Amino acid sequence: MSRTLERPEAPAPSAAVGRVPLLMLIPAFGALAILLLPLIGLFVRAPWSNIGEQLTSTGVTTALRLSLTTATISMVVCLVLGTPLAWLLARVDFRGRQFVRALVTVPLVLPPVVGGIALLTTFGRAGVLGEPIYEAFGYQVTFTTTAVVVAQTFVALPFLVLAVEGALRSTDRRFDEVAASLGASRWWTFVRITLPLAGPGIVSGAVLAWARALGEFGATITFAGNFEGTTRTMPLEVYNTYQTDASGAIVVSLLLLAVSVGVLAALRERWISGVSP
Amino acid sequence: MSPAIDPSPSAGGSRLRRLAARVGGFGYPQRSGRRARTVVAVAAAGTLALALASCGGDDDSGSGSTTLTVLAASSLTNAFDQLEGTYEDQHSDVDVKLSYDSSSILAEQVTSGAPADVLATADPITMKTVTDAGDTDGQPTIFARNTMVIVTPSDNPAGLQNMSDLTDASVAVCVPEAPCGNATQQLLKLNNIDLTPATEEDNVSSVLTKVTSGEVDAGFVYVTDAQAAGSDVQTIQIPHSAEVINDYPIAVIAGSDHSQAAQDWVDLVMSQQGQDVLAKFGFQTVS
Repeated sequence: MSRTLERPEAPAPSAAVGRVPLLMLIPAFGALAILLLPLIGLFVRAPWSNIGEQLTSTGVTTALRLSLTTATISMVVCLVLGTPLAWLLARVDFRGRQFVRALVTVPLVLPPVVGGIALLTTFGRAGVLGEPIYEAFGYQVTFTTTAVVVAQTFVALPFLVLAVEGALRSTDRRFDEVAASLGASRWWTFVRITLPLAGPGIVSGAVLAWARALGEFGATITFAGNFEGTTRTMPLEVYNTYQTDASGAIVVSLLLLAVSVGVLAALRERWISGVSP
Repeated sequence: MSPAIDPSPSAGGSRLRRLAARVGGFGYPQRSGRRARTVVAVAAAGTLALALASCGGDDDSGSGSTTLTVLAASSLTNAFDQLEGTYEDQHSDVDVKLSYDSSSILAEQVTSGAPADVLATADPITMKTVTDAGDTDGQPTIFARNTMVIVTPSDNPAGLQNMSDLTDASVAVCVPEAPCGNATQQLLKLNNIDLTPATEEDNVSSVLTKVTSGEVDAGFVYVTDAQAAGSDVQTIQIPHSAEVINDYPIAVIAGSDHSQAAQDWVDLVMSQQGQDVLAKFGFQTVS
């Protein structure tokens, strides 16, 4: 429905007059090289001969299961909490909106380990909020799987909020007005009109958030700790393995790469359509 | 994804402004965008000035015509920091750069070709991976010994008295791949304790930090770490700890550009002066 009502895509401008300019091609190939060469290096140095036993070791399978579970839960939390925030930023003109938007981008620019320390000082057992909670209920969030989800949500939330906000901005407000004039409640309008129109953007935001959560390392190892089965996600498993077995670490890295790229490729239609301006 | 017919101001603006609006709100609307840009510019200039100012000073005493890179296990931090001063006083043309981390991580760096001159690890097992790879000049020398101990935060919140109390507490240990972790596992086995730690840290300094910050009830660290932490921790002795001794080997790294300076460092560590410094920080000495 959304496609027929939007203005048709303007034809892409042709690349200058004549051939593609070298001034664009050469740096572009440089960028491609920076992205591709490290991945190629991983493939070349991987110990293909005993890759099977490496992949099926309990440490790796446990870490993979933990990573997939926590990343998915984090994505859902981001969706549930982030979509309303994105809607507020896109649709409501409130005082301090610029500030809130800048605040949302903070985890994007913050080094993850700094995020981990920030979480620790707030929710750790000796933290600003964590200490009273521990005294009152005896509950400590650090070193639990919940802490992994918290750390991942902290770093992934900006991706979702910004993507959804962008998608919501580009949908026509007048559909909402038409729906209201026809007697639809605000909730019904939100669920049946706004969300479907912004659908591709929300999906791409969710996928980005999932991928970011899957790859999170610094905040996880600082805030949630590092223990097999509870908090040792795939990136931590790679780091651990690298300490004693460099080729084993390459295998685990390739597995993580395959999982991430596989999921992104499976959603590539929405991914590409969601990210381009 | 082209926008639908949208009467709001953003539709008429340039594509770049719309993209900027989507990313950070800058440039939309125009007035606050300009203000935001000024703020960012001032902040960036301030940060740059701060960075340049800190570049000016270098508190190392060495004049720096040669740089000696020493990789050492985290537990050697205080002792080697002091020896750095001693060395630079004796060799005014050498600037010593120390890098502390888990022995297993450092060993991995050396075998991957990190440009370092000296390696000191917390047990012979991690050093062996380096000698097996042919990355040391000659045989390593044992220069110190260390044993392990349990520490709790200074107020001992869990009221731990001995090792068997640990099974119900949240405990931080080193990963088994690190020398401190290996020693911990041996001690747990000797004492027949089945412990599920709250977290496995990469190096012993991280374990100590978890304890002193109050995040865990107890941690397994070296005697030297407990001594360094002083009144920030309470110490609990481990039965049979004298049976699990970590021998610390030191070696010059093969292919070092400063092998003489590196050997001088090893000689300093093995000398009476070096051994006295190590003993001061709680290590058992070898000479």
